[in-house]
Amino acid sequence: MELTLWTYEGPPHVGAMRIASSMKDIHYVLHAPQGDTYADLLFTMIERRGQRPPVTYTTFQARDLGGDTAELVKKNIKEAVERFKPKTLLVGESCTAELIQDQPGALAKGMGFDMPIVNLELPAYSKKENWGASETFYQLTRTLLKEKVSYSEKISPLRWKEFGRRPKVNILGPSLLGFRCRDDVIEIQRILSEQGIDTNVVAPLGASPDDIERLIDAEINICLYPEIAEASCEWLKRNFGMEYTSTIPIGIKNTIEFINEVHKKLDLPLTNKKELENKSKLPWYSKSVDSNYLTGKRVFIFGDGTHAIAAAKIAKEELGFEVVGLGTYSREMARQVRATAKDLNVEALITNNYLEVEDAMRKAAPELVLGTQMERHSAKRLGIPCSVISTPMHVQDVPARYSPQMGWEGANVIFDDWVHPLMMGLEEHLIDMFKHDFEFVDGHQSHLGHTATNTKDILNSDERKEKNSKKGIIWTESGRAELTKVPFFVRGKVKTNTEKYAILRGIPEISDETLYDAKAYFS
Amino acid sequence: MSKVEFNKETGPREVFCGLTSIVWLHRRMPDAFFLVVGSRTCAHLIQSAAGVMIFAEPRFGTAILEEKDLAGLADAHEELDRVVNDLIARRPEIKTLFLVGSCPSEVIKLDLATVAEKLNKRFLGQVRFVNYSGSGIETTFTQGEDGALKALIPLMESSDEEKLLLVGTLANNVEDRFKKIFRNLGISNIESFPPRQSTELPKIGKNTKVLLTQPYLSDTVRDLKHRGCEIISAPFPLGIEGSTEWFLAAARSFNISQLKVHEIISPLISRSKLALESHKEILKGKRLFLLPESQLEISLARFLHNECEMDLIEVGTPYLNKDLMKEEINLLPDNTKIVEGQHVEKQLDRVRESNPDLVVCGMGLANPLEAEGISTKWSIEMVFSPIHGIDQAADLAGLFSKPLRRNQILTTKTLVTN
Repeated sequence: MELTLWTYEGPPHVGAMRIASSMKDIHYVLHAPQGDTYADLLFTMIERRGQRPPVTYTTFQARDLGGDTAELVKKNIKEAVERFKPKTLLVGESCTAELIQDQPGALAKGMGFDMPIVNLELPAYSKKENWGASETFYQLTRTLLKEKVSYSEKISPLRWKEFGRRPKVNILGPSLLGFRCRDDVIEIQRILSEQGIDTNVVAPLGASPDDIERLIDAEINICLYPEIAEASCEWLKRNFGMEYTSTIPIGIKNTIEFINEVHKKLDLPLTNKKELENKSKLPWYSKSVDSNYLTGKRVFIFGDGTHAIAAAKIAKEELGFEVVGLGTYSREMARQVRATAKDLNVEALITNNYLEVEDAMRKAAPELVLGTQMERHSAKRLGIPCSVISTPMHVQDVPARYSPQMGWEGANVIFDDWVHPLMMGLEEHLIDMFKHDFEFVDGHQSHLGHTATNTKDILNSDERKEKNSKKGIIWTESGRAELTKVPFFVRGKVKTNTEKYAILRGIPEISDETLYDAKAYFS
Repeated sequence: MSKVEFNKETGPREVFCGLTSIVWLHRRMPDAFFLVVGSRTCAHLIQSAAGVMIFAEPRFGTAILEEKDLAGLADAHEELDRVVNDLIARRPEIKTLFLVGSCPSEVIKLDLATVAEKLNKRFLGQVRFVNYSGSGIETTFTQGEDGALKALIPLMESSDEEKLLLVGTLANNVEDRFKKIFRNLGISNIESFPPRQSTELPKIGKNTKVLLTQPYLSDTVRDLKHRGCEIISAPFPLGIEGSTEWFLAAARSFNISQLKVHEIISPLISRSKLALESHKEILKGKRLFLLPESQLEISLARFLHNECEMDLIEVGTPYLNKDLMKEEINLLPDNTKIVEGQHVEKQLDRVRESNPDLVVCGMGLANPLEAEGISTKWSIEMVFSPIHGIDQAADLAGLFSKPLRRNQILTTKTLVTN
């Protein structure tokens, strides 16, 4: 049993709903009680979808449990098929139905329909949303293509040459409730098209079962979101020999590497390499003297595996930040995140517990947080600027404007989205500096909300928390005064370091000089 | 009783489960914690229904069952013990801990009553434990509050003191207004259930006169009756008419003259009618379809027809207690079609066929209906907004007139310079 206050991921059947809702001509009969219908609002409210998710909930009640819930399942399947006439039917169960073991998938298969039926077994008590989405997409791909395995030849990535046409690729992984998927797809299709590469199928987002059957018309697969598509890509590789890409085109370096990888796989010469470096404004904006102040900014990163790793690379190599924390809630991606963290000399944080993340954030004393909506709220509490880079997301993370994370435009968006909160943070510092001037209007409202950003608050709140641990250390008047002069965004860190130094040296009272001693010691 | 048409429907639903009521209950009683014993789905549900209320460490959480808990029941009890210990160590300010049953905990027959009993002994004098079920196989949406209140009744001491007990969660400002009006009427001993602090439970007995503020408290009412309380029969205090009848019923029960009631509330009524005018102008003659969700639907239909002159196409309700709702049903116009339960697909067919001006529905259906060109009002807002009482009648009407007004603004050309 695990105590959970807020959760990063929903249950696995919500992952299945993401696949079903992303696609056309699919219906999902979910054996579930009425409360599970809440999941519809994720799509209709967060994504502002104008269609209901194509899901029928069997809505069994306590009084049905003594009777025949299997009949109820069949009735709902029959009604759903008649009403929605799907080309492919997904059948599965949510956590409660898993316990009563009606095996709705097997029931559906026995009902004599001639459409393909995908029986989804998604263990609700051990797996989560992204796994459920990945498994659903994989089962769907497998169901629709398995008959073609036996007579299909291995697909050579070079066969476009024989066919005398442009190479074709599939873009796999984008789904509803994924982070900026809608715009990433447009950006990547544009980039590929400029390189002379056509898109065969984008799936699951916008695809129909017919499109899934056409996947093998392409030469290779672009695995855009491994959390969702890697299992399917791997199956297509094993059974049809289709190669797939492993670079995620987020950031300039990775976008260029991605284009390289695609060209290499297709044996297509890359003729405009030099041009690629000028496709985005990020490199020049980052080089511009105005961005000097970004050097060594301390940044804390937490999110899904793909976005967290990409963010770390951009932060370090393209913006010149210092990564002081890196973590993910995706256990499936833990290995990769750990490897990246090791390169950056930080310890990876792999957890589902947002309080642990908040704790790590506080200790790392970053100047910028890149995280999910959870981290945005934690950062708000701590008074640290934040930009959202990953799901779980809110309605504001589905912006009206074109706003990808991938490719050239994605890099532009990232530069703006990350640097803007930092500038606001700097403004905060200036406000702090000028607030003693008589022209300054009292009660100036911080955009960060009411947070502990002044020295008195930090000292007070920490004193309460650390009453026992830091017993015996006293901040003198001069020490306090000096601390006030430290910019607020590093004040917490300076305070901790100074106390650490004082304990180390057995100094009972911290004066202004101790602060400078500590500063010299730690630098 | 007016000639109301009752129908029942079964089938796939689009309704929240009782766990959702934790979202407002935990705000009402800040010294209580709601621990759902359930699955990741339960945790995700409450989080999604609560929307952006993530700004602080919440006073509710989920003990998520894992595979190993399902293997043997003894394990699950021990595990729950451990989770509760951790929780109380982390949140020592908690005075009452609600163990809330869910669909999976009910299906595996996890005995939360026994767990609560054991924990009560261990934490005697520090934390009280109560249990109820908010599971979707037994409860919908607001019925969760019914379960939580019912679970508190055994903890309420007995007293024969005469008092008025307002039952059902109200917004604090509305509650204060009601108390002031009752004091002006001459009723001085007024208490609320649930109280603002979980430890300050009202004492009850044969001279307790219960006045319901919410229509979804069937089980709570039954248990209060068993404790000897008198239940005042009245419509619910939504709109001017409902609130007036509600005050009058209370006054009757305390032998206060009707004249006095009118004397005190008539200035409120006059100004409220004035405030209602602009909304009525928009709502008048518009056709309304209510889908089932909060059990407030019948009272809302009565208000929107009788006071805002809307036409009622269909009034859905997830559950209908005819006895509890009899005063409300009496006030409905003849031939009102009430549908208890739901077959969401068939009901949506009827929505489309009847071409309503406004549909009251859940958040899962609102945008899809809007995309079809049908204006909507999400029902969850009714349980989060202060809508009770005479003074709030215009605000209540405003919840329904706003989508129509917005639609009008967005579809009309208003700037001459264009």
